Amino acid sequence: MRDLNLLIGLAMGLNLVALGSSRLPSIIRATALQGVLLGIMPLLLEHDIGWQVVAVAVATAIGKGVVIPGLLQRAMRAAHIEREIEPFIGFVPSLLLGAGGTIAALAVARSLPLLPEHAKSLLVPGALASMLTGFVLLIGRVKAISQVCGYLIFENGIYLFGLLLIGSTPLLVEAGVLLDLTVGIFVIGIIVDRIQRAFDSLDTRKLTVLRE
Amino acid sequence: MRQILLVAVPLVGAIVAAFWRGDRTRPWLLPVVGAAHLALSFWLLVQPPVVAREAWMGFDAVARAVLPAVSLLFFACSMYAVTYLRLRSERSNRVFVAVLLAVLGLLSAGHQARHLGVLWIATEAVTLAAVPLLHFNGTPRAFEATWKYLLVGGTGIALSLLGSFCLGYASMHGGGSGDLTFVALSAQGAALSRPWVLIAWVLLLAGYGTKMGLAPMHTWKPDAYGEAPGIVGAILAGGVTTVAFTALLRVRAVVGAAGAGAIADRTLLAIGLFSMVVAALFLLGTRNYKRMLAYSSVEHMGILSIGASLGPAGVFAALFHVWSNGLTKGALFLSSANIRRAANSASIDEVRGMAVLTPRSAMIFVAGLFAVTASPPFGPFFSELLVLRAALGTGHYVAVVIFLACLLFAFFGLSRVVFAVVDGRPRPATVASARRFVETAGAVAPPALLLGLSLWLGLFTPDVLRESWTAAAAQLFPTP
Repeated sequence: MRDLNLLIGLAMGLNLVALGSSRLPSIIRATALQGVLLGIMPLLLEHDIGWQVVAVAVATAIGKGVVIPGLLQRAMRAAHIEREIEPFIGFVPSLLLGAGGTIAALAVARSLPLLPEHAKSLLVPGALASMLTGFVLLIGRVKAISQVCGYLIFENGIYLFGLLLIGSTPLLVEAGVLLDLTVGIFVIGIIVDRIQRAFDSLDTRKLTVLRE
Repeated sequence: MRQILLVAVPLVGAIVAAFWRGDRTRPWLLPVVGAAHLALSFWLLVQPPVVAREAWMGFDAVARAVLPAVSLLFFACSMYAVTYLRLRSERSNRVFVAVLLAVLGLLSAGHQARHLGVLWIATEAVTLAAVPLLHFNGTPRAFEATWKYLLVGGTGIALSLLGSFCLGYASMHGGGSGDLTFVALSAQGAALSRPWVLIAWVLLLAGYGTKMGLAPMHTWKPDAYGEAPGIVGAILAGGVTTVAFTALLRVRAVVGAAGAGAIADRTLLAIGLFSMVVAALFLLGTRNYKRMLAYSSVEHMGILSIGASLGPAGVFAALFHVWSNGLTKGALFLSSANIRRAANSASIDEVRGMAVLTPRSAMIFVAGLFAVTASPPFGPFFSELLVLRAALGTGHYVAVVIFLACLLFAFFGLSRVVFAVVDGRPRPATVASARRFVETAGAVAPPALLLGLSLWLGLFTPDVLRESWTAAAAQLFPTP
């Protein structure tokens, strides 16, 4: 349990890295590293490690840690964009939100009715903090790539929560989740590619033709 | 076996379409598969199969009550698609046809899902599959709409996954064995951890509500319906939203079994009324007749949500409304697609006098307006009347007043736009572009058929449908 909490703590730290950096490569790297950490977690969580758990771990680490960040980096290079300029929510306010959110997550998780074996784990606070981070990035940034990273971190938070159930629910659910997530981001990646061709910049602020 | 075919036939059709060579012949796969699906679903409707209690998927009473409506709508749209794709022969229809068939298969899976995880996977897959359909037109506006759809829809689908996890945790907390079928969850009943059930309900309502397009999570809808081809709009509004609605109904049954049904009903009622109010306000303001259809869809999702909150009688009315709204909306989407094609614009500032240029489509559009705003004797009149009766029967008088006021304002908004499009003298530019569009039977018959079905549903609601809605309501509200 201690090793697991250490990893979750690291993942929560990476949330803050993603919130505080203006360079897209560092956001992508933070997201990728978080993905790899998430991939290791099921191995620490289960006592008798079956092939299904290993499969989930490998697929997560490769999907979240390698494939998707690779796609994101490709999109970034194609668009010649390295920096997030003039976000809706500035970097310092984002960091403060993230830090405050992490503390709040710890407090909220304590008040939730958890099973005794989960009471000491950081899974729930980690999940809440990651979801909050993802949400801040999603609504606070204007570059499509940062938003996709935000969405990924949001999904990572949900994955952390899902780890509570990995022992009891059939792995089909987990596998399906993983597959859909990867496909989902892949599709978003394609879209980003298209947006860039259509707008010549990955600035979602320019997506304002459709309104009342 | 037959119920698996409902999923398998369209998916196999999608694979065939992906490898089919001729661009001119490929669209015919749509009506062929659509007809097979229609025949299967109506056969199942008349002769329902026995569904094993613990089955993860099956043509149970809930699927039986709504899936044939989706099948009917898809069939009409598939006939229209043949004509539409011939007009759009400048671009390959390989992806479009294959994905449309895949969407039908996934919709069938989603409606039949009796397991929390299967339901989520099917909904997620439909969400992603719809993406290429949305940017079929390839314009920058279509890209913008698709991006917003993905961001909002993706967040919604993520929330519903989180909600599913919470419901799973509620079961685990209550000593459950990890069986996430709705039957098993309902059987656990009061043993489910109440706080987790409530958290799960909020998240699932937000998540599947986003897919349904309930306000305030409806923001993707006007953009997507405004920019997507008419048939895509019809299938999204009549099929994809229906999956999300049945998902909410199934989850609501679990929440009810856990003893929190009253809270769930109150939230459903509130969000339904809010959706109607928001939709009515935007309907009074919009100047684009395709976006108008999206707001009308938001309004009708509100009606479904209100129906779902009113107990068995309300659920019966809501299931009726799934049919009447889906078919009527289909007629509106397809006829408006004809008008859009002929006029080359969707704004009422530029389009007028379409009664002269596309008389048949304009006629269907106007009749569809009256149908969808609940004028007798079309289907929506009777289904909304039943929702009202259920609301009065349960003493929700304030809700009834808001409901009626919203219907009135929605009628003002819709008729303002529709008559602006139909009446008057067409602009020279519109006359010129309308010359390139011929109202062939293939473009007019499908919306006319859908409108006819809406009328038929109102005048002679078949007993087998009534019986299926009653059975579904009984499955969702089991009497102890």
